[in-house]
Amino acid sequence: MPKDNGIGASPKRREDVRFLTGAGNYTDDINVHGQAHVHFLRADVAHATINSIDTSAAEAMPGVVKIFTGADFAEVGGIPCGWGVTDRHGNPQQEPRHPIIADGTIRHVGEIVAAVVADTLEQARDAAEAIELDLGDKPAVVDMAAALGDGSTKVHEDLTSNLCYDWVFGNPDDDAVQAAFDSAAHVTTLELVNNRLVANPMEPRVAIGDYSRGTDEYTLHTTSQNPHVIRLLMCAFVLGLPEHKVRVIAPDVGGGFGSKIFHYAEEAFCTFAAHACGRAVKWTSTRSEAFISDAHGRDHVTKIELALDADNNFTALRTNTMANMGAYLSTFSTSVPSYLHGTLMAGNYKTPIVQVNVKTVFTNTVPVDAYRGAGRPEATFQLERVIDKAARELGADPIALRRQNFITQFPYETPVALTYDTGDYVATMDKLEEVADVAGFAARRAESEKNGKLRGFGINCYIEACGIAPSNIVGMLGARAGLYDAATVRVNATGTVSVFVGAHSHGQGHETSFPQVVAEMIGIDESMVDIVHGDTGRVPFGMGTYGSRSIAVCGSAMVRATEKIIAKAKKIAAHLMEASDADIELKDGQFTVAGTDKSVAWGDVTLTAYVPHNYPLEELEPGLEETAFYDPANFTYPSGAYACEVEVDPDTGKVSIERFSAADDFGNIINPMIVDGQVHGGLGQGIGQALLENAAYDEDGQLLSASFMDYAMPRADDVPFYQVDHSCQTPCTHNPLGVKGCGEAGAIGSPPAVVNAVIDALQSGGKNVTHIDMPLSPARVWAAMNG
Amino acid sequence: MYEFEFEKPSTVAEAVAALADEDAQALGGGQTLIPTLKQRLAMPSKLVSLTGIPQLKELSDNGGMLTIGGAVTHAEVAAAAAGSYPALAELASHIGDPAVRNRGTIGGSLANNDPAACYPAAALGSGATIVTNAREITADDYFQGLFETALNEGEIITAVRFPVPEKANYQKFLQPASRFALVGVFAAKYAAGVRVAVTGASEEGVFRWHEAEAALDASFAPDALNGLSVDAGSMIGDLHGSKEYRAHLVGVMTKRAVAAAG
Ligand SMILES: Cc1cc2nc3c(=O)[nH]c(=O)nc-3n(C[C@H](O)[C@H](O)[C@H](O)COP(=O)(O)OP(=O)(O)OC[C@H]3O[C@@H](n4cnc5c(N)ncnc54)[C@H](O)[C@@H]3O)c2cc1C
Repeated sequence: MPKDNGIGASPKRREDVRFLTGAGNYTDDINVHGQAHVHFLRADVAHATINSIDTSAAEAMPGVVKIFTGADFAEVGGIPCGWGVTDRHGNPQQEPRHPIIADGTIRHVGEIVAAVVADTLEQARDAAEAIELDLGDKPAVVDMAAALGDGSTKVHEDLTSNLCYDWVFGNPDDDAVQAAFDSAAHVTTLELVNNRLVANPMEPRVAIGDYSRGTDEYTLHTTSQNPHVIRLLMCAFVLGLPEHKVRVIAPDVGGGFGSKIFHYAEEAFCTFAAHACGRAVKWTSTRSEAFISDAHGRDHVTKIELALDADNNFTALRTNTMANMGAYLSTFSTSVPSYLHGTLMAGNYKTPIVQVNVKTVFTNTVPVDAYRGAGRPEATFQLERVIDKAARELGADPIALRRQNFITQFPYETPVALTYDTGDYVATMDKLEEVADVAGFAARRAESEKNGKLRGFGINCYIEACGIAPSNIVGMLGARAGLYDAATVRVNATGTVSVFVGAHSHGQGHETSFPQVVAEMIGIDESMVDIVHGDTGRVPFGMGTYGSRSIAVCGSAMVRATEKIIAKAKKIAAHLMEASDADIELKDGQFTVAGTDKSVAWGDVTLTAYVPHNYPLEELEPGLEETAFYDPANFTYPSGAYACEVEVDPDTGKVSIERFSAADDFGNIINPMIVDGQVHGGLGQGIGQALLENAAYDEDGQLLSASFMDYAMPRADDVPFYQVDHSCQTPCTHNPLGVKGCGEAGAIGSPPAVVNAVIDALQSGGKNVTHIDMPLSPARVWAAMNG
Repeated sequence: MYEFEFEKPSTVAEAVAALADEDAQALGGGQTLIPTLKQRLAMPSKLVSLTGIPQLKELSDNGGMLTIGGAVTHAEVAAAAAGSYPALAELASHIGDPAVRNRGTIGGSLANNDPAACYPAAALGSGATIVTNAREITADDYFQGLFETALNEGEIITAVRFPVPEKANYQKFLQPASRFALVGVFAAKYAAGVRVAVTGASEEGVFRWHEAEAALDASFAPDALNGLSVDAGSMIGDLHGSKEYRAHLVGVMTKRAVAAAG
């Protein structure tokens, strides 16, 4: 019998009832009395000097409250970057000012040039059309290689060049690395692009700033994955406001995928403008705005080289990557191509020498930052593609070549700074071969060929580092934030429990899975436990949700706080039963004295805590509420192996995914159904990246795919029914739940499997195609076949 | 959106009168026009809804001639033509998504003449007649380039008459993002000859591929098209496909349409 309560059970997501019946409370559902609306006039050119802005006609338009330009923000800070990377020479990254509103120069299409606050949104839009701009066009810098070339126009005049940093990681000794390549029996080289993506959560961003003159307090409602981070960044770095006077609320949030981690100009604007206008100010992004103002993801250009000895053992790996930062540094932008990418380059393999070189580049494009997986998909893609290419060049079986090079001893210290605590890559590969029915592929290929289709099989492994930690180490690496999390467990007098968590649920199902843990620990029904999240006015200082960290980090804090609760409750129970607290056991919500039939119920103890008539007041405080902060000792390392089977239509180049199988090791699992869903969603996004999605710019810096008419999102019929298995479980060794995190795996692990499968299909059809850059659109596949 | 007035007449005559105002514009299902208004890319003074005019909602099938009112939705065509003109029904049933099909109209689609739209291929491929409040226009005269038609200012498509072919088929190769036609080919075999109309591909909008028609007149079989190709030079080249790719797809989709027509 599968469990129906607690850890390991799969109750349906309780939050879905309100989401699916229109009872959710999203930021745009919130309206503040007397609110005004802001419309942002956004740049429609990529690079220009603002010679003048004349707002006088616009100010006279009906309903206009106030019009803001860059000059209004001269006294406040710019949007900060949360990670300072030190380059290969020991110098800090180049960090330009990132203004709320363009200050004299436009640096990307979509940058805010002026903001019109009016009684209604339509009035604000009308007035924005009356603003007169005098711009001096400058050449747009779009291509990264050109941006780094001598004599390129600079995105930021005050910086020395368009290079943000030039970073080396792993083995920094060029000669030693080169020697390993010189002595290799075989070297495989691959140049590839990791395509730029737009996250496109279903809910676009929204911000409502409000200010109370009576209390001198600010409230910002915003679509954020991490309200405390937003409050800290906005108060300390941008607006200079006292944190205790600012409350940031992120209510129901309709998906983030990373794009709602960052502190955005619109949030600071609405907060600032609410004070300046004496009215709440609301902004709701249109989908068109989202394309040119939400941070984009990926956008790497890489050359990767893999050296092998005569026995096909990997002996060295070297990568050279250019990573696009866009026009400004978004909150975690600089950490993504460096520490979230370089540290993963060892993958699941015992390659002894790894060197990662990364140049980050400013261009006149939308800022680029973390997107589901953040750096790890980029690492996995290049590594698993080059291994596949090597297998083809050597005539080796791609599965056997991987198996031969697997790390098998744990803990394992990689040459790129991580220590993998546990894992079993052989087990996940075994499991994958089973669920993917590798043995049956030949027959399926024959069937496809009968129908005039080419069928291909692609495989890859992945490892990710989740629950980014510990704070002191990441601090040494340049993080300007801690990476712990916090939870307060408040037991009510009648025994129900409210857990206030620093994590934020915006699709992950925390409202269902977190209570399962507390219910399991206490032995009560899940329905007695609720979590509260997303409000700095209610929850302890937490770092929010990204990087598959919620259950591993915040969940651990919740366990620690619950342990404190249980310890205290046992003392109360001991008092009630006149026993020693060391003898008290808690099981199924009953406290018993070991070896006796004496017991008191959970509810009696909780009531006693709040009605302390018969209570050891001299030794114990009344009440039952505990907080814990948890700073992990290490990352967690989910890993797995994925397989994709495609059919390619040789006449049109159209790829269809026929099967996709995943064998993941997430350690212990709280809610298997939710984990399945997280993997499904990740796979959908990975398949989207591999086949469909592409944020393409033209040479003038205009986004060509600036709407769903040209930006192809994966739809239900673009993906197959998945075979997902997570029965391989090597529990994390250093957190109390033994959990690893599952949010990003699907997006990290799937693109290489798809591309490997397409290459396999084309080669089976006699086409000598060794690589196609994503997305593998019909046009690109056809061009490669006929190139 | 900018402000506009709204009228919903119940006869064609009232609609024509309402459209006589300067900058008045007809509104069909709004699936193209409303997004355009929301983006402030159009500024009509008045919208005249055509969906309240019973005459424009009529559908009739007179033995070999299917007449579809100008305000009949894609979903209605998909249902009503399933028996009489399956290729047309099939085309209508794959336009956009259910919401689009339940609101978008044949008149709106043909008036808009998007170079990647489906109905223009059906109308041209069937040699349909576009009936307006003022006249009848043959499909061959009606389509005049990207978003260009023979319609005059304020002229309303009241109906479209489709001669039903012996056999026909529409093959739509999806543009991956919009799922309009990257290339769509409508092939129809009539006693008088074969018609092949291509949408999505050309810089000049929907066109007839006369060479293919001649070959198929001789033999209505995919192999008859071997060796034929359209000139890539006049094809659309964009993010989703080069000129060469589109030219290639025209050949592939035409063969598939002929094969599927049987
Ligand atoms: C998400 C989406 C997907 C789509 N996918 C496809 C697709 O795959 N294939 C495809 O072909 N189309 C597609 N469309 C377009 C759709 O078919 C529209 O319905 C059609 O283009 C316009 O029809 P409408 O009735 O909505 O016209 P409206 O938007 O109301 O009007 C369009 C234009 O036609 C004029 N007009 C409307 N009716 C008449 C009339 N009777 N006489 C004269 N002028 C008139 C209007 O003044 C306006 O200029 C899609 C649309 C959307 C939103």
